[in-house]
Amino acid sequence: MSKAVVRSMLYIPGNNPGMIQQASVFGADSILLDLEDAVALSEKDAARHLVCGFLRTLDFGDMLVTVRVNGADTPFFAEDLRRVVPCRPDAIRLPKCSSPEDVRAAEALLAEIEAQNGMEPGTVKIHAMLETARGIAEAGTVATCSPRVTALTLGGQDLTADMGVEKTREGDELFVARSLVALAARAAGIDAFDTIWADVNDNEGLLEETRRVVGLGFTGKAAIHPGQISWIHRAFVPDAKKVAAAERIVEAAAAAEREGRGVVSVDGRMVDAPVVRRARHTLDMARLAELEVE
Amino acid sequence: MAMLRRPAQAGTLESSDCLVSVAPSETRELDHRGAGATFFAGRTRGLVNDVLDSLGISGATVTIQDQGALEVTLRARLDTALERASREEDVACPRQ
Repeated sequence: MSKAVVRSMLYIPGNNPGMIQQASVFGADSILLDLEDAVALSEKDAARHLVCGFLRTLDFGDMLVTVRVNGADTPFFAEDLRRVVPCRPDAIRLPKCSSPEDVRAAEALLAEIEAQNGMEPGTVKIHAMLETARGIAEAGTVATCSPRVTALTLGGQDLTADMGVEKTREGDELFVARSLVALAARAAGIDAFDTIWADVNDNEGLLEETRRVVGLGFTGKAAIHPGQISWIHRAFVPDAKKVAAAERIVEAAAAAEREGRGVVSVDGRMVDAPVVRRARHTLDMARLAELEVE
Repeated sequence: MAMLRRPAQAGTLESSDCLVSVAPSETRELDHRGAGATFFAGRTRGLVNDVLDSLGISGATVTIQDQGALEVTLRARLDTALERASREEDVACPRQ
């Protein structure tokens, strides 16, 4: 599987060696080694040593590997970056990102650390975590302020707290925020990852929510338990009718290209480039689901 | 870091982890207990010596309660315990 497709991101507490060493067997497209909320204040140093040790020695295969560092407003932030960046994770998840300045400040430090360690500039990407009202309002500028930003991620727990509203099962309170994040990410051509589903005993709820956010344009969703991964992936599986229609569209587009025709009609509807792109994405998702069944 | 100032610990007794305790000492002493203590005795002694050598620490008492930790975990816990034992202030993390 390519790192380009990231439907699920599994949070793994940074101070839990048992979970980190098994990370590749859970079936997630991506893992998120957490140095922030999942680690007690007294264990920040231990988690940092452990995460760095595993990043240097463990083969995570095709999984995208990100590390959520502590926020820039904590005394751990700079040291997290100094230790973690030379270990070359794919990306750093930057919590409580509320403005382009937050990204640029982190980017400056990343660039300095990469240079000190002889790394290619821009090796480590940034996933900007939007979890304040201001951050959501700035989604568009955050998404485009640096080529290092390759994803926007929504932090639903902190956001609802910041807005003084309750996080409900239905998630109506997050509808606008989700729409803004997905729109900003799509406009910038980067990924959009949705917040966690907190109730690990309610997988039907997780499936419903994931289907809703996929419908809004999110490319993936965070998981807090390995048992949630297959439910998240299920929400990305297109139904058989859509797959059949997508096959017809892609075949017709290929035939039109061979014959030098620009526009083509399938099932009585005009098919242009965006429709073909969407059809290809549908087939990619179907193929991924087939691979998992096999 | 060439001097241990106080005893310190790192790690847990959970499966796949280890609890490493270190203390200042004139000589090097290693007490390795638990899962794999016999089978991995040579590996563990070598690792502890490597880490102490790399930090320039000539004397330390190191106790490892091993719950089936991989080498990478053992090394991380040892590094953390030694770092904690060497800090000027007796705190596990910087003050907020």
